[in-house]
Parts: sequence; structure tokens; C-alpha cells
Amino acid sequence: MEILVCIKQVPGTTKVEVDPVTGVLKRDGVDSKMNPYDLYAIETALRIREQRGGRVSVITMGPPQASVVIKEAYMMGVDDGILLSDRRFAGSDVLATSYTLSQGIKKVSNPDLIICGKQTTDGDTAQVGPEIAEYLGIPHVANVRKILEIKDSSIVVEMDMPETVEIAEIKYPCLITVEKDIFQPRLPSFKKKLETRDREVKMFTLQDFEDRDEKSYGLNGSPTKVERIFPPEVNNDRRMLKGNPEELRNKITVKLKELRFI
Amino acid sequence: MAKLIVNQEKITDIDALIKICPFGAMENKNGILEINASCRMCKLCVRRGPEGAVVYVEDEVVKVDKSKWKGIAVYVDHVEGDIHPVTFELIGKARELADKVNHPVYCLFMGHDIGHRAEELLHYGVDEVFVYDNEMLKDFRIEPYTAVFEDFVNRVKPSVILVGATTIGRSLAPRVAARFKTGLTADCTVLDIKENTDLVQIRPAFGGNIMAQIVTPNNRPQMATVRYKVMTAPERKAEASGRIIHCSIEENRLKSNINVLSVTKKQKEHGISEAEIIVAAGRGIKSEKDMAMIYELADVLGAEVACTRPLIEAGWLDSKRQIGLSGRTVRPKLIITCGISGAVQFTAGMNNSEYIIAINKDEKAPIFKVAHYGIVGDIYEIIPGLIENIKRVKEA
Repeated sequence: MEILVCIKQVPGTTKVEVDPVTGVLKRDGVDSKMNPYDLYAIETALRIREQRGGRVSVITMGPPQASVVIKEAYMMGVDDGILLSDRRFAGSDVLATSYTLSQGIKKVSNPDLIICGKQTTDGDTAQVGPEIAEYLGIPHVANVRKILEIKDSSIVVEMDMPETVEIAEIKYPCLITVEKDIFQPRLPSFKKKLETRDREVKMFTLQDFEDRDEKSYGLNGSPTKVERIFPPEVNNDRRMLKGNPEELRNKITVKLKELRFI
Repeated sequence: MAKLIVNQEKITDIDALIKICPFGAMENKNGILEINASCRMCKLCVRRGPEGAVVYVEDEVVKVDKSKWKGIAVYVDHVEGDIHPVTFELIGKARELADKVNHPVYCLFMGHDIGHRAEELLHYGVDEVFVYDNEMLKDFRIEPYTAVFEDFVNRVKPSVILVGATTIGRSLAPRVAARFKTGLTADCTVLDIKENTDLVQIRPAFGGNIMAQIVTPNNRPQMATVRYKVMTAPERKAEASGRIIHCSIEENRLKSNINVLSVTKKQKEHGISEAEIIVAAGRGIKSEKDMAMIYELADVLGAEVACTRPLIEAGWLDSKRQIGLSGRTVRPKLIITCGISGAVQFTAGMNNSEYIIAINKDEKAPIFKVAHYGIVGDIYEIIPGLIENIKRVKEA
């Protein structure tokens, strides 16, 4: 069975600030890590491989440094890694990112099952998985919290919906996005680190794709444009009170009464 | 086509220019400046570098005819015909946007046996409700739902489509956006519309540390998702207005490779998403047994208990009770935060609450920036007495 996991390198911290004068992000470009939700996706893939055999590959798009997260995936037991890297991918929004990944997937493999984490911690959109599925013309289900059965031509999963729990069978090829806690992700192993030290990371650029039109990628292939960024507003209509505890709790009581909560 | 062009002869100090790039996307290759794949197109090098060294060039692109796309459409989110309340909130917003540009408001309602439910939507200021009622749409399955959505968009050509950021909406909207190769902005907190019908979408980015204003200037339809309880639902009008249009679609377009085997109702639980009053606990709580006073305060107020992420990690509460970006968004009438410093990851999930009372020892804590009523003090000295106070008031 061929399983492909989409992963992403994200900033190690979300502590970013906007320069109030220039309106530009002040961000340290060095500190980064694998998107935490992707660990659950990799773990799910490895568990399925343990049961059914086959190969697990990971794919990511990013600068050359993003190969670090592929190396990390190797340390968890992933067989192959693909990095899509090209200056012309710069400035991609969700649509351009999904398109680039789908082009990369078409180029390298024909997976039975694609697994994505539920979302990333930097973009937070949870949209890339479904959009990749659309570009590949395969069905997808989101919010998978349990794998119930892995059959020869389909997979049976349990989905966590707000009011219900749904069990569905999806034919391959398909894409699923998994909830965190579907499985506890294993830690990277030192033994595997040594074993995979020389394993290559396959690199592809726009030139390798079926669609080589620059207009489909990066800033040019992105329908959404960020017009401006600004710090979140603070609530100006506020009062702060200090004093001794008795005074303070009496004031809260009066306030609660005034607002008719008691 | 937009790209960056480097004019090597205009670079005076190559290393100084490299330092301007926050993403390390510039390299000095034997005295030649090169831009690599780390580039994010932030254009800082264009603005801050020596004049003309790096220039941003843009070719003329084919412009979409915006006048051909009219109307603000809302996807009716439902489970077996029970309309999710986010739908009404979005209809309210859609009406407001539509009135600014003189567009109609549409609803797209698909499912099975839903005809009679569509009537209800006419009490909220919708012009036309498009109903696709088919047995194959009984359960939410991605291919047929996307096919119906596609049919609707091609038929109506709405300028804007709003979708609730529910489990279904978050799965369906991106699929539709990719089919029309258009922009979709997730979890918008503010929506407005320009005269030229460009939707102004504001959403938190980078864990809520900054806000981004996003537009889709040259693609239609424009799509956005909005979480439940971010917008305000309009009052239900006694009189119905607008009309229902029944639509059909060829059955062969409703085929799916997904087979829904069972749908089981979850135990109805008292969730924090629906709560009118919430008492939220944070790291100011020193040990698990001290949660007792939080529960008691919640009890006397008829409130639900919620918390920040560290308490979930400590295993003191169920993860369903976590407020914040990695937890739930709440919008109660009242929230009392106890010993919560107020990191943005938390406040992004509750700053739309109608009234926020914050109790925290540290007067510099960021929670006081969002609180309406900030109490600088020790929760251990305030809460037990507060519980007694409330009990006394209630008995009086």
C-alpha cells in the first residue's frame, strides 16, 4: 500500500509582532519545526504500514531548509521524502499551495491513501487537505478520529462531527485529515537517525511538473491578496480595579447584580 | 505575472541588502545577489533596499468582469434538516453586505427531506432560497455536495459565498473554492464590502498575534468561512419574505466513493460553546483540588467551567472545555476569567464575549487588555468570598 503524508515546516513560535511603522512582520526566520498536527498524520500512516505493509512517503513544499522536517519524518520511520522548492512558489496562498502539492503528488507517486494533519499552526485554515483532494479528483473526509478497518480497496474510518459520530467507508484513492490524538505519535529514534543519515530528500521544482506555467504558482497563482496586517485591537472600554480582596469581591458582586446575572 | 528582478549594478552593499530579508532568502553567490526559494514575496527588499536594486514588476492580467457576479450567498449548514445557528448569523451579515452594494441575498440549502425547513429561512431577510432535495444528499458526502454547490454557483453566479466554519463547512468550502480556482479565507472575524464588490476579509493570523486584511481582487466567487458566534444573528421576523426555488441535478453527478455506514448521536453534553455564562480557570490555580472553588463559583452562577491549555495538559479538565485557538471559540454573555494571564491564543477564543470580568494578580497581564472589568487581585482571596456574596444576594 502506498501512503503519502503532507507535512509542513512552521515557525517554532507564534510570537510575532507587527512593526507599527512599516506594517511588516517582525519574525525570526530561523526557529522552525514540523507542524505538530502532522506528527499524528505520520503516526497514522506508520501504523497502517505496520498492519498492511507498503511504503510511507512524506511531501512538503518550502525553502531548501524545509528538508529538516523530512529528515525528522525519516527518524520516525518514513521511507521517502519529497521537497517541492522553487522561488516561483513564493507568496502562495491556500489555493496555490494546494495546487503545487497536487502537481508534486502527480509527479512522484500514485498513492492509495493521502493523510494530512487537521491544520497547521501558522495558517490555521485546515483547507489545504480538501483542496489537494479536489485537484487530484479523489474523495476526502476530514476529522477522522479512528481507523476502524483497512481493507484491500477501501478504508473504514470514524469521524468526529459536532453532534454525531459517523462511520464511513471510503474507496482508494482518497485523502483523510486526522484529528490529534488519533494515535500518540512516536518520538524520532536515534537509531533511525543514524540509519537514514544518508537517505536523500528528492527535490523537485516547477520545471519538473506537468503544468509549467508560472502563473499557476506562488503569488501569481494566489487569488487572495493580503492588503495589510495590523496588531489586534484592544478593548478600550475597560476599567481596572485594585484594592483589598473584600472590597474587590464586593465590587464584582455589585457588577454582577447590575448586569442581572444574579 | 509578478516577480522580483535584481539589478546587480544598483547594489552598493550586497551583505547589507541580504540582512534586510527576514526569511534568509537572499544569498551572495560570488558577488552576485540571488533570491532563493525561501522568498515569501514580502517585498521588504524592494522597499528598504537601495533604490532600484530589487524591483517588483507586475504584468497586466486579464481582469474578471465583476458585474457578471451578483449576490451574497450563504450555505445553509444543517444536520438532517436541523439548521445550524451560524447560518442565521451569516444571513444577517450577508444582508448587511448586500445592502451596501445593492445585491440580493441567496441561500443554498441541500439535503434530503428539507423542503419544509427552507421556509424558516424566509423569516431572516433572504431574497431567494435554492433548495436541492435528493435522497443521495441525505448524508454529507463530499463529492455530491460539491457537485450541487458547483451547480448552484454556475446557475446563480454569486459574488460572495459565506460558509459557516463548522465541521461540514470547513470540509466543503475549500473543495468548492478549488473547483472554481478562487480564494477562500478561513475563520474571518470581520467582513465588509467595497464599492467594486471586493469582499474585505479580516482574520487572525499567526496564532492571533496579528490580524490580516485579505481581498480576492480578481476572482469570483469570493469565499469566506466564519466561525459560529462571531457574527450576530438578526431578529426573526414574523412575516416571511423572499421565495423558495426548487432545483434538481442529474443523479449521475451525485455519485460518491464514500459510503456512510452509521451516524450515531453523541450524548448531549453541556458544552462551553453554547453556554451563556462561563467561569474560566487558568494557571493561577495551583493544584487540582483548588478547582473546587471554580466549580462552586460556576454552580452559583449557573455557569459552565472552561479553562486554558495548560490545565488540559495537566489533565484536570476534558479538552472539550478548552477555550482558544487550539480549543473552542466561545461568546457567552458573561465570562469570568480566574488566574488567566490572557495569551492571545486564549483571548482569540473568547474576546467576542459580551462581558469579560478578569481576575488576575499581575496588573500587567494581557487579559486586562480585553477585559471590561479587570480585577487586580489574588483569586484565592477573592473567589471564596465572592461565592458567599452571591449566595447571600440570591437568598435575599
